[in-house]
Amino acid sequence: MPEVKQTEYRGSIHQRQKDLMLKWYERLNEAAETGTPPTASLMISGNCVELLEAFGAVPIYPEVNALQLAIRHQSLEPILAAEEIGYAPDNCAYVKADIGCYLKGITPTGGKLPKPDLVLCNFVGCNTYVKWFEHTAVLTGSKLYVLDVPFLCEDEPSQAAIDYVVRQLKEVVTLLESITGKKFDYDRFTEAVRCSAEVEELWSQIKHLARRTPSPFDAYFDAITLMGPLYVYRATPEGVEFFRAALEEMWQKVASGQGVYDQEKFRLVVEGPPPYPYFRTFRDMFAKWKACAVASTYSTVGGLWEFGARHDPDHPFESVAMHMLSQNVTNRNYLQRYEQIKRYIEEWNADGLIIHFVKSCRLFSAGQGDMRDYVTKTLGVPTLYIESDLEDPRYFAEAQTRNRIDAFFETLEHSKLTAKAV
Amino acid sequence: MLCLERTFDKSQDQIADLSFARVGEWKDRHPGAKVIGYFPVYAPVEIIHAAGMLPVGLSGGGDRLDIQHADARFGSFICSIIKTTLEMGLREHLKMFDGILFSSICDSARNLCFVMKRNFPDLYTDFLHLPHNPSSTASVDFLASEYRRLIQELERIGGHEVTEAGLKNAIALYNHNRQLIRHLYALRAQKPHVLRAWESYVLVRAGNLMPVEEHNVLLEESLQELTQRPGKPRDSIRVVVEGAFCEQPPLDLIKLVEDAGCYLVDDDFVIGRSWFTEDVPVNGDAVHALAESYVNRAVYSSVRHDFRAPRWEGLAEKVKRSRADAVLFLIAKFCEPAYFDYVLFKQKLEKIGVPHLLLEFEEKQFTFDRVRTEVETFVESLVFD
Ligand code: SF4
Ligand code: SF4
Repeated sequence: MPEVKQTEYRGSIHQRQKDLMLKWYERLNEAAETGTPPTASLMISGNCVELLEAFGAVPIYPEVNALQLAIRHQSLEPILAAEEIGYAPDNCAYVKADIGCYLKGITPTGGKLPKPDLVLCNFVGCNTYVKWFEHTAVLTGSKLYVLDVPFLCEDEPSQAAIDYVVRQLKEVVTLLESITGKKFDYDRFTEAVRCSAEVEELWSQIKHLARRTPSPFDAYFDAITLMGPLYVYRATPEGVEFFRAALEEMWQKVASGQGVYDQEKFRLVVEGPPPYPYFRTFRDMFAKWKACAVASTYSTVGGLWEFGARHDPDHPFESVAMHMLSQNVTNRNYLQRYEQIKRYIEEWNADGLIIHFVKSCRLFSAGQGDMRDYVTKTLGVPTLYIESDLEDPRYFAEAQTRNRIDAFFETLEHSKLTAKAV
Repeated sequence: MLCLERTFDKSQDQIADLSFARVGEWKDRHPGAKVIGYFPVYAPVEIIHAAGMLPVGLSGGGDRLDIQHADARFGSFICSIIKTTLEMGLREHLKMFDGILFSSICDSARNLCFVMKRNFPDLYTDFLHLPHNPSSTASVDFLASEYRRLIQELERIGGHEVTEAGLKNAIALYNHNRQLIRHLYALRAQKPHVLRAWESYVLVRAGNLMPVEEHNVLLEESLQELTQRPGKPRDSIRVVVEGAFCEQPPLDLIKLVEDAGCYLVDDDFVIGRSWFTEDVPVNGDAVHALAESYVNRAVYSSVRHDFRAPRWEGLAEKVKRSRADAVLFLIAKFCEPAYFDYVLFKQKLEKIGVPHLLLEFEEKQFTFDRVRTEVETFVESLVFD
């Protein structure tokens, strides 16, 4: 059996992303201390951060806070604190970790987090989002606005759905004007939308580099590293600069034929969020087999841009609405996710699919057995199905997960050898 | 004359019948007409009715369906109704249905909609986005457009034009149906010793399976009979049930709670049947009236978000209105919307000093000993307080 191999991201982007994220937390700390800049809580998926940019407001992303805690092995204490006040074992642990942090005064960096000036729930597919932000608003006493985004049940959103979202976006503008005391700066908004479009283009190009063999980065684990700046800085010049540098670094890897491993043995598509409390352990389980993710659905939570969609500075409101309605994995329907996976397998040339069932998250996980049925039976592609959680460390069965992963790759290796022999 | 006991027994049999015989009879009597099922909690049944179709409220497989296939599709940590609904499809219990509607109640149900679509390509499967931002003036317009889309789909499938007159007629029929259900609930709250919760429950839920016209007659006759029905007051505390709005608890569990010393004076069982607090207006545009009623005239529910009127205030109001001593949270295992709301409900109840008990159930549950003890202990703690 191959030796366990620890992997590091070999490049400078990792450090740069850390610096950017720290800078973000510093701004939030400043907001907590001084009351400026204004802040608004926002969900990652399909959001309208460009509107906040127009007001110079900084987004607070509870999901990013929650995952940072989990990666740092600090999520259990707040989860238990939330369960103590009545949250159920089966409620999404992201919410519990976030609420628990609030109750206990814990933050990911130890700095302060501000009371949001607005709790802006972009309801984009995840029903838990609405509950979560409603609870946040009750806890903090902040104003709540639920931006209701119709779920995408057909290929494209209807004009009525687009109008509905645009009208709500304009209501948010009015709300932000009254909260910040500033007039809406349309030029600044357009500029933010332009930055987003550019970042999306760069990110999309990065993702397309994973079509090459070897892929210069892991489109699950490394993509997650890049997702922090993607969310926090998408609509800013810093974001553009960061992703330019990232793309350049990836190209250099491609030019020198450098992959994630000295020899890429398996190419995978990964479905579902990772087990953040065991992020490194989990990654190493794949590294052992030199298995590289070439695409992942989770990395399209913030936006699905590799198939061409972009924000459009010529139609800023409409394109923000389109982004919320149809260009993120959470607001797209389950069968569209099957289609997305199919394209990844075919166009990114993958050997198999890993489905990580996450107990917290019905949005991702409810129905993944049917997805497996589709991928194995209809597409004829090997699939591994494993279960744990993205935030709660109590649900990760390390030995069992490792065994299942090993068994999967052993079979895959065997069938590759047999195929070659034929 | 109708014998109440027989009516309740018959309704009980009907709601447990997974062959949907009653729906089959309707189809026999209406050759070529279509049946549209809807997953809980709410659906604009008036529109289905106006399309010349029979709307049928689905409520899962209850305790009569072994799960053979659906577990492999939906795995762990998913509530039972999701699995039994899929199982019913996979085991051909839904043959009678021409379409199934889902709505934006929770992530599991939403994904189920599309899993059903893949597995049953001949079935018309649709998803209605019911708005979560009623404070926006755009909500009503959007929902009206969603309803118009549904109308087009139903016209396509059924070949029957939905007219304004047909819609208004359906609204009037369902307004009447909801009024009768409200009367039934009022009577139960007033005289819980005359009408037991399980009896009113089966009577209301039976309406999921029959034309509204027939259900109206059944409710009218039952209400009439109930005025004469004798009843001996029991030594019970008055309790509101909250949390059972989607997956339904086993009937035996409802009976057990009553037997253990509770008058269930209000509940949210099959709440879609009494979704509006007052009549849907019949003057003006009918589609608009239905959409506007959803936004402004609906009961509070864990699957409908309206931050103008918090749900916990709705529960507190319900407790007050029904003069309840306590709240019993009956929550389906893995029902995330109910479990999230539990926290805020609980906080509110504690603030206003209303005792509460949480019981988790599964539609398929056969042993109730632990539950019985818990309810009895709870009741005793209140009686001897
Ligand atoms: S349910 Fe899933 S998508 Fe929703 S907040 Fe939790 S982890 Fe995120
Ligand atoms: S019981 Fe709860 S979780 Fe299950 S489908 Fe109904 S609302 Fe969703």
